[in-house]
Amino acid sequence: MEILWILVIPLIGGLLLALFGGQRFAPELNSIMSFGTFVASAFLTVRVITDGPMTALNEQFFVDSFNVFLVALTAFVAFTTSLFSRPYMRIEQVHGKLTINMLRLYHSMYQLFTFTMLLALLTNNLGIMWVAMEAATLTTVLLVSLYRTPASLEAAWKYFILCGVGIAQALFGTILLYFAAEKVLGAGGTALLWTHLDAVKTQLEPTVLSLAFVFLLVGYGTKVGLAPLHNWLPDAHAEGPTPVSAVLSGLLLNVALYAVVRSKVLVDGALGSHLAGNLMMGFGLLSVVMAAFFLSRQKDVKRMFAYSSIEHMGLMTFAFGMGGPVATFAGMLHMTVHSLTKSAIFFAVGHATQKSGTQLMENIRGLITTNPTIGWGLAIGSLAILGMPPFGVFASEFLIITTAMHAYPWTTPFLLAALGVAFAAIFSRVQSMVFGETTDERLPHPPALVPVFVHLGLVLLLGLYIPPYLADWYRQAAALIG
Amino acid sequence: MENFSGQLINLFAALLLLISFGMLSQRRVLSLINLFALQGLMLTISTVIVAYSSHQHHLYYSAALTLVLKVIILPWILHRLMRKLNVKWDIETLFNIPTTMLVGIALVVFAFNLAAPISMMGGAITKSTLGIAMASVLLSFLMMITRSKAVPQVIGFLAMENGLFFAATSATYGMPMVVELGIALDVLVGMFILGIFFFQIRETFDSLDLKHMEKLKED
Amino acid sequence: MNGILLQLFQDTLVVLIAPLLLGWVNQCRAWLQNRSGPGVLRPYLNMVKLFHKDAVLAHNASPMFRFHPYILFACMWLAASLVPVIATDLPLSPAVDVIALVGIFALARVFVSLAAMDIGTSFGTLGARREMLVGFLAEPALLMVFFTAAAISHSTSLTTIVETLAHKQFIIHPSLAFAAVAFIMVLLAENARIPVDNPSTHLELTMIHEAMILEYSARHLALIEWASALKLLAFTTIGFALFMPWGIAEAGNWGALPLALAALFIKLTVAGAGLALLETISAKMRIFRVPEFMGTAFLLAVLGLLVHFLHGN
Repeated sequence: MEILWILVIPLIGGLLLALFGGQRFAPELNSIMSFGTFVASAFLTVRVITDGPMTALNEQFFVDSFNVFLVALTAFVAFTTSLFSRPYMRIEQVHGKLTINMLRLYHSMYQLFTFTMLLALLTNNLGIMWVAMEAATLTTVLLVSLYRTPASLEAAWKYFILCGVGIAQALFGTILLYFAAEKVLGAGGTALLWTHLDAVKTQLEPTVLSLAFVFLLVGYGTKVGLAPLHNWLPDAHAEGPTPVSAVLSGLLLNVALYAVVRSKVLVDGALGSHLAGNLMMGFGLLSVVMAAFFLSRQKDVKRMFAYSSIEHMGLMTFAFGMGGPVATFAGMLHMTVHSLTKSAIFFAVGHATQKSGTQLMENIRGLITTNPTIGWGLAIGSLAILGMPPFGVFASEFLIITTAMHAYPWTTPFLLAALGVAFAAIFSRVQSMVFGETTDERLPHPPALVPVFVHLGLVLLLGLYIPPYLADWYRQAAALIG
Repeated sequence: MENFSGQLINLFAALLLLISFGMLSQRRVLSLINLFALQGLMLTISTVIVAYSSHQHHLYYSAALTLVLKVIILPWILHRLMRKLNVKWDIETLFNIPTTMLVGIALVVFAFNLAAPISMMGGAITKSTLGIAMASVLLSFLMMITRSKAVPQVIGFLAMENGLFFAATSATYGMPMVVELGIALDVLVGMFILGIFFFQIRETFDSLDLKHMEKLKED
Repeated sequence: MNGILLQLFQDTLVVLIAPLLLGWVNQCRAWLQNRSGPGVLRPYLNMVKLFHKDAVLAHNASPMFRFHPYILFACMWLAASLVPVIATDLPLSPAVDVIALVGIFALARVFVSLAAMDIGTSFGTLGARREMLVGFLAEPALLMVFFTAAAISHSTSLTTIVETLAHKQFIIHPSLAFAAVAFIMVLLAENARIPVDNPSTHLELTMIHEAMILEYSARHLALIEWASALKLLAFTTIGFALFMPWGIAEAGNWGALPLALAALFIKLTVAGAGLALLETISAKMRIFRVPEFMGTAFLLAVLGLLVHFLHGN
């Protein structure tokens, strides 16, 4: 029942906002709808914790401890981002960057985007998961080009074409998967249901599955932003409105990675080898290293943090690729803390760029004097994302690197070097943005910084103390993924 | 009978591939759209044959869906867009057809090899069609890479979807209906969004040439 | 005895109907262009007219220049009479190897080019060079088309190919679809038809075939025109043998002969009209596009082979 609510609320929200998205109360309506989704997901979480995994609606939906934590995280970040977007979009409107119609589109698509992500997470049908992932691209592509500038159009076009091509590969992978599954489960509805596939995964044809996984990894990997398929990501993040960057980075990438991990479980079962893991480790490591070196060359603040997202997604992919209880646990923890931290950073960055009227880092100065909360938010967020103790990112990165040292020692120099380069690049830039002289004016609406500090507080909490039920929950999920 | 319909499907698969090559070497945008519609028609016919010979009745719905969406609606939208955007007689100037075709042949060999072990275990009807489907997906991909105008790129994108759909019908007798509907919806919505895009791009750049859109890159 | 008679009949038939096919194509083209047209018998009348004229030779012409029309005519006649046009069990049938056919065409081409350069006019040399360019690209494509068909019947003998495709159990060969498209492209190029060359103009920028025969007159020109008609017929009947061999009489089946003859005429009528249609709807391409065109034909033929091996039958 909760599942239905989780999906219906954003869908209704999307329809309502398509009608009233330009009204004065639209941002509030957006937040209310997101809050409703969040409450429903909280109920679902409680229910799954107490009752264990469940399926619903003729097995079309499926919740276990792995996806329920992502559902909760997605609903939560979508809610806090909607809080942030309320003043942010108003300020953009005052600045004359947006018209009423653009706002209507934005609000409606925001809800529909949430819907598609939640659908991708909750569905038991791998085909529907593909449809939802493609729909997630479709809903965000017009948001990336919202400002109609030449750069934003280019970014949106690139995003559409690259992700469209990528996701088409994933469809081919899904078809191959169905081809293999149909031999075991018979034609018809059940052969794409994950629960059924999971039950018979050892009987699936290994050759087909390994080919399918390559296509799935390339396809969904494009959406995760794995190198060398990441080209769309920095552009889309830099040119879209900041709330969209926050949800893209914090949520969409996670959902795409979720799709990869789900496929990996099946392939591992069928192959009995570590092929899928090795592929993921390779792509992950390449992304971490590549992103770190691109980070140091960025001039645009949102681009820089977009590369940071590629780096962290690479790290998670690497962790899931290594497999085993500890690495998987760390991967999930990293998913959580990265989502929270990165969206918090984007919130702070959003207001900072609004104040300075530019995204070029050399023109953003002295945030701490003009607006201490933005300055502190950005400073603390950056420290957190760079993996400074005592934040949660430190804990997860520490776990990943120690596991890597133990299992694949040759990878540690690359990982450490990449993290070091990223640290130097981001830290030096953020320092001069936060401190330094400036003559900027105040913003026309008070910025919403509650979400920033709520996120950072949670990340801090996760670094100091992981509540036992949460740890339990990660462990269960890690056991499922293997 | 079974054998004969298998041969017919093979024939239409080959025609599908032939049209993919035709699209790869076609410079005129208008002909490209017509080829795309023709490819959709081949897809429809082969789906009907698969449906008939395998008694999978839901495939008739898929065929109808393909016919409506890919033979009628999408080409119609594209034609309309061409007219409205006034790019009806656009031709792609700078690209080397023989080289493209050579790369295309290499891709076909690659795809056939990749699909060979899988074709071995397919049923009698579906043998070898997977290789052709994969080849036409890769060829569409190549077409997208070689084109610098927006509309041909989009047609390449849609043709890729055709290849995927062919893989789904011929290799596996069609995905579950709900998935197929979802995919069709995505394609249709995607087409609408692309249509909006065309106008936005032309408004901003005064042309649908994507060469104007190469500002965002790492230097 | 009967076989020899039949062979003689076929030889006479092809040499007589070849100008008719050319006339039919031209007539169809005229109709498609909304002209009334010269009538299907025009090529015959032209030849009669040319045979009645006195031949004029350039004074520096070598004997080669004079012999060439006969050699060309002989080559084309041989090629056209080798192809199983109406029956498969002719005395010359064992000699009908597709590679030999390509060789006969190549031989004719060599003489055409040599004769064109013989006088030393610039147009002749230009035409010869262009002809060699086209031929050089068309030959491998034609060979690949033949190999595709040969791969199906496991033989390069055209007779065996016809027997396999027409008289064994009916099987659809998708690879032949590719080969057919490639073959049509080669046919257009080899016979100087429209996208590659325009047989009805003498425009120095574009002409290929006409440039080479500018110096010929009277009976020599008539023989060359006749040879061109025979070449078109040979190519058309090769096309029938490969892609629609139905109707060609089987070995020892005399009763099927009238049927074979009727089938041949129907097929020629349709093919001629099709060729005219193809020529009408396509535009003459620049000479520098020809390599692209022939390259495409070659690649399609290769693709046909690949598809054949993919299907593995």
